[in-house]
Amino acid sequence: MADGTASVPVVQLRGLHKSYAVGLANETEVLHGIDLDLRRGDFCAVMGPTGSGKSTLLNIIGLLDRPTSGTVAISGVPTVGLDDGALTRLRGHTIGFVFQYHHLLTAFTALENVMMPMLGDAGFATAEMTARAAALIDSVGLTPWRDQLVGQLSGGQEQRVAVARALAMKPALLLADEPTGNLDTKSADAVFALLREVNQSEGTTVLFVTHNPLLAPRCDRTIDVVDGRVVARGHCASDHQLLAVTRGAAVRAA
Amino acid sequence: MSTRLTGAAVRPLQPLRRWLPFEWIVATRFLREGHVQTAFIIGGIAIGVAVIIFMSALMTGVQANMIDRTLTGQPHVQLTPAKETVRPLRDGVPGLREGAVLQAPLQRLKGIDQWQCVVAQVRDIPGVVAVSPSVTGSAVIIRGNASRVVLLTGMEPDLYYRIVTLPEKIVRGAARVTGTDIVLGTELASDLGVGVGDNLRVRGAGGATITLIVTGIFDRGNNGANGRSMFMALRTAQSPMELPGGVTTIDIAVRNAYDAETIARRIAGAADVQADSWIGTNAQFFSAVSAQTLSNTSIRFFVGLSVAFGIASVLVVSVVQKSREIGILRAMGITRGQVMRVFLLQGGLLGLVGALGGATLGALALTAWQKLMLSVDGTPMFALVFSGALFGWSLALATLTGLLAAVAPARRAARLDPVMAING
Repeated sequence: MADGTASVPVVQLRGLHKSYAVGLANETEVLHGIDLDLRRGDFCAVMGPTGSGKSTLLNIIGLLDRPTSGTVAISGVPTVGLDDGALTRLRGHTIGFVFQYHHLLTAFTALENVMMPMLGDAGFATAEMTARAAALIDSVGLTPWRDQLVGQLSGGQEQRVAVARALAMKPALLLADEPTGNLDTKSADAVFALLREVNQSEGTTVLFVTHNPLLAPRCDRTIDVVDGRVVARGHCASDHQLLAVTRGAAVRAA
Repeated sequence: MSTRLTGAAVRPLQPLRRWLPFEWIVATRFLREGHVQTAFIIGGIAIGVAVIIFMSALMTGVQANMIDRTLTGQPHVQLTPAKETVRPLRDGVPGLREGAVLQAPLQRLKGIDQWQCVVAQVRDIPGVVAVSPSVTGSAVIIRGNASRVVLLTGMEPDLYYRIVTLPEKIVRGAARVTGTDIVLGTELASDLGVGVGDNLRVRGAGGATITLIVTGIFDRGNNGANGRSMFMALRTAQSPMELPGGVTTIDIAVRNAYDAETIARRIAGAADVQADSWIGTNAQFFSAVSAQTLSNTSIRFFVGLSVAFGIASVLVVSVVQKSREIGILRAMGITRGQVMRVFLLQGGLLGLVGALGGATLGALALTAWQKLMLSVDGTPMFALVFSGALFGWSLALATLTGLLAAVAPARRAARLDPVMAING
């Protein structure tokens, strides 16, 4: 990480709290003061039991939800106080999402689904959008199916299209919420390998929620979220270079 | 990954085009995807718009026909002498209150004072297109042992026919009215057993009798008018009416028939005459036209309302069906405004496409009406109005209705919480 941006965390959480039904009798705090740094090139698995707050954490990092208190900075941009439009723009340009279910637009082909984030952004010419989407479709091995409506693809293929779509805007951060949860082992391996390849070749930071105990050890770092608190489990010795990068990340249990 | 991204071989595609806005692309695809749902609502809108167009054209045609029939048989404004009134004479005894009993005076047949001046003044009023002086009064027609009381009108045909289109109503002979010529109605001719070329004796209210020759017989589409009225030259009529050089009536046609009342009031204020417009003398007719217009407007409003509810309900269902997709669109950086415009556009497009179908259906229905609904003589019952403005307004209003109907669903879509939407 020789470039200057390596020093700026892609994700920086400080004292993050999240409560629901604030001010009511049934107020529930699901995240209890989380601090977390993720740097460029981190490949981090988030694990934890159902209801522990993993998805809430991911939604707040993805700027889809707001914390009750604490700060969130994405690529050095503090997000507290930003209005919905500014959050949407920051999210669109910086963060890619892959969910357990692909949520592709069924009225569009595989290629068009990948073009969609660029189409919604005014800064892309048709040729540029098409070329980039075609390259991404090719990179996930779906060129023969790129002009088919996504409803005609298999579950694994659809999830690969979702990964390609998440990468369309060249995001610094890729958030994946159990992206292999609905897939068979072979497809899950393929999707995981794809995320790993993106991480290694593009330096994209990947935060990966999974329940799969076989996938977590293949990540550079794993984080356990238990009862709304992050517990650092440590680093998996699979990639020494990435380990060196992630060693600087301050992951503290609150 | 990098080398694959840059080195991918791309075969020719039909890609989404940047010149089409994001909202347009997504809206049209969403509509196309819900083909059965979309087809049904477009069909519903088309039927609604067709009903509105058909009813509007029909009502406009009926009203135009009724007004045309009314106005070709009577002047827009008619001037008559001011009615005579009585004033009690008092001796002016101080402190004495009198309860005067007034007897209404007899309204004698009398001419309009200085009628030539009145005609000249009226001709100068903007909007007046024809002025025709005439003598009108009762007369008795004698034919052998038969006699009939009729309404006699003496006029100058060159002027009068510009106001009342009598020549169009002639069924036998001609509308020539010179010297001792006379034109009368079919019923009257039948009752008296006369035809074109026959002689008639006419005795006016003053007792003078003249002999006239029937030159034409008209049918004004009204048995009463056909049985009571007859026309002759002004100078000829002045004699039996004992009004030499005088006229009892000045008939006026104006450019815009609906300005008649205003012009009548203006004349009444300027000259010592009574001015009656066709609007005032046909109050019941106007009341019927107003009632018809009101009922037509009500029906159109409620049809439009049902179309709006139809569009709104389809879009609400669409928002629910597409909530996950809306959520992911928001997650990938699509703004609330863009989401809102996607659904507004769907509403507008549904309205526009439905209206285009409705305009076609409406035009077909109107054409069929004109071909199938015929009078006894085989001609169309009346001319329907194929107004470009009607079709244009229908398209514009249907599109606007679609847009307005889409506001609530679009706001709902734009306000969807992405997290809730994605998680369903």
